[in-house]
Amino acid sequence: MTSTKKDPVVVVLQLTGGNDYANTVIRYADPLYRDNRPGIGIPEGQELRIDDEIGFHPAMGAIKEMYDQNQVAIIHGVGYPSSPRSHFRSMDIWHTCAPDRLGTEGWLGRAALDIDPNKENVVTTVCFGPSIFRALVYPGVPVACVGNLDTYGMLPGVTEVDQRAKILDRFARMYVPAIGTGLVDDYLGQIGLDCLAGADILKVAPQLYSSEVEYPDSTIAKKLKGIAQIHEANLGTRIFYCDHGVFDTHANQLGAHDTLWTEVSQAVQSFFDDLREHDAADNVVMLLFSEFGRRLHDNGSGSDHGAGGVAFAIGDTVKGGQYSEYPSLKAEDLEQGDLVPNMDFRGFYSTVLEDHLGLDAKGIVEGEFEKPRFLD
Amino acid sequence: MAEQDIPLMAHLMRRAGFGASREELEQRAAKGYEETVEELLDPDQNEAFNKFRMLRYHPWTWKPGTMTGHGAGEWMHRMVATKRPLEEKMTLFWHQLFATGVSKIDHYHELSTMIDLFREKGMGEYREILMGMAKNPAMIYWLDNCENHGDAVNENWGRELLELFSMGVGNYTEVDVREASRAFTGWTLTPVPPRGPMGRHNWQFEYKDWDHDHDEKTFLGETGDFNGDDIIDIILKNPATSRFIARHLYNFFVADEPQVPAWSVTPPNDPEAIEAIAQALRDTNFDIRSALRVLFKADFFKEARYTRIKSHAEVVVGALRLVGGYDFPSPGIGNLSKEPGYMGQELLNPPSVEGWHTGSEWINSGSLMARINFTANLISDTSKPGIQNIINRLKAQGDLSPESFVDTCLDLMGPLNVGQEVKQELVDHAGAAGALKWGSEQDSAASTDRVSEMLQLVVSTRDYQYA
Repeated sequence: MTSTKKDPVVVVLQLTGGNDYANTVIRYADPLYRDNRPGIGIPEGQELRIDDEIGFHPAMGAIKEMYDQNQVAIIHGVGYPSSPRSHFRSMDIWHTCAPDRLGTEGWLGRAALDIDPNKENVVTTVCFGPSIFRALVYPGVPVACVGNLDTYGMLPGVTEVDQRAKILDRFARMYVPAIGTGLVDDYLGQIGLDCLAGADILKVAPQLYSSEVEYPDSTIAKKLKGIAQIHEANLGTRIFYCDHGVFDTHANQLGAHDTLWTEVSQAVQSFFDDLREHDAADNVVMLLFSEFGRRLHDNGSGSDHGAGGVAFAIGDTVKGGQYSEYPSLKAEDLEQGDLVPNMDFRGFYSTVLEDHLGLDAKGIVEGEFEKPRFLD
Repeated sequence: MAEQDIPLMAHLMRRAGFGASREELEQRAAKGYEETVEELLDPDQNEAFNKFRMLRYHPWTWKPGTMTGHGAGEWMHRMVATKRPLEEKMTLFWHQLFATGVSKIDHYHELSTMIDLFREKGMGEYREILMGMAKNPAMIYWLDNCENHGDAVNENWGRELLELFSMGVGNYTEVDVREASRAFTGWTLTPVPPRGPMGRHNWQFEYKDWDHDHDEKTFLGETGDFNGDDIIDIILKNPATSRFIARHLYNFFVADEPQVPAWSVTPPNDPEAIEAIAQALRDTNFDIRSALRVLFKADFFKEARYTRIKSHAEVVVGALRLVGGYDFPSPGIGNLSKEPGYMGQELLNPPSVEGWHTGSEWINSGSLMARINFTANLISDTSKPGIQNIINRLKAQGDLSPESFVDTCLDLMGPLNVGQEVKQELVDHAGAAGALKWGSEQDSAASTDRVSEMLQLVVSTRDYQYA
């Protein structure tokens, strides 16, 4: 049985704060792991083994199940040279692919421009906020930045149906380009109208939605459920973005990291279950990344900012397994005490851009980088 | 008594502060424009912020941790509640210029201390502000001057001092950057014990003469064994500095200029205005107060109505001041202080030392909706004192035609001058329900709802994005 070819969709789940690589994807049998993690090492036997060297964090059961179905690609040692180990700078670099200057344009903003150059669909890109992510920003490219999908729109406080219709109509009329206004007013007008149009399109999504899947009660689950609702409403959205945090576990890592990965893993599994229930999973690839990994040696109760990290790609079309190499844990191979990345994040992006979205990656990521081949 | 120029006074209070209620505008207009400018320039005339009351109700503001992101809670509350509007507006001005972020500093108390310095010295001589920054522990750490050693120079502070804090690109050479950096070697921090159970320890400036490069330096054409303060003196003598700071003052108080990185290649929109402000700085030993006096009294300022897109901080603080009732440090000041962050301007956490992009770049599809929805949500609460005032002023006029209803709302919310098409839309909207009446209880309730809706439409206009 054939189906019409669906447009590829990417969902980015950003792990904000610097997710600890060494405790997410664990070299459980490596004495160097034990030596470096006296305070926060995951006790041997608790890891969820995927081979005789590597195991997932114990809270990642749901992800492990998906891994066993060959749907999860682990990309080892991602990053870029000379990381400043600063949240904002590092996240900016991941968002703009500009390690050497202050970039202001997002990689997915550029991708959206390639996907929809004539701005035919104002909900081509949707993020679950509360604020817009720089990865999505590009002049002229609209982004629907949703807080709560059920109430998304201008003036959500106006709830009575007729009143709402009138007030939004009035809003639209006030934003129409008028003679004699300047460039800035025109710009504001366009943005305002895009917001209205986007909200108008998205409002049907929760109304059309029904599912047997029960999502867990976490903020990330709510965001992913919202994404599922929009995706399943077939509104043409091609890029989804959301984040979860805070992975910045300088202290009390064992408890916090466990909770975070429980929340993420269960939410991601529910999300894909939901999509499969609606025959809507086959064109979706989800990316998980963080702005850096964390220092190999713990600080007693947590870990500090590091460099090389781990990323994941999840989906039906993903060739499950491990890609690139786990960086060496040997002291002489570390830089400033941190794992040295061996896979440039722009290569990770390139695989998604070219082999999933069908775009030309070079202009978007500003260069040619080795691609981990998880979508062949 | 001269005719009360409310629009002018509203303009002054939007720019030199965060807006004012109609009552306050009438009082200030009665006092007079020039007198009001003098009062704003002399904050000591008015009540200072009660820090001890703040700590009594919010002891966490003493040393806020970073996890909840509430570290700007006290500062934003001060902006909302201040009786010294210009003094507080200057803290926002300097924070956008000496942009320092908790993302690296990880010590909100040190950043608040920097804001305190802006409050205390923000209208004084620029030399004191620059020296204060050169010795400020958070700034030293932010720009790595603690890594600037006599035998291993780090140019970060030296460069930004010239590029962002005084002269601007194009007025110095790379050699000057290096020489300035050499002069600041040894300007560092005392090592601090690790975080204790009561929070982070305070940082301290320390000058280490043994780590200072005492060799001769040649900076902007002058030669000598310069130390950091000598560099600052030479910088202040250079005419580029007065023009650069003048342009910043113009961009913040008068009208949106292009982004700062473009300043070396794009001339100012009003070079004469910049020159007037710069001259005031040069004439008075770089006294910021004197420059502000010249600025606020100039025609180029008075005529610059609605020529700036409000920053997100101004949207939030302005709306809270407009609706009133936020003078007391109630629970929730931490959460409120995150609102500008949701829009794209996280206070005390700019994306880099270059600060935020301003003007039309505040606006994108995420931020526009956030700005409008935040303001409309606040405005819609007719029980708020500021909204009650507006309603009472409307009632006092008796039954109002749709046109007068709209005119009064636009007047009380600004005064705002919207375009003809927008005005007509608002009048049509009001006209659908006829005259605004307050006679019976039923009329009153219906009219209250109509006012709430009209005000929400007003704050939704494009015009309302400007100040």
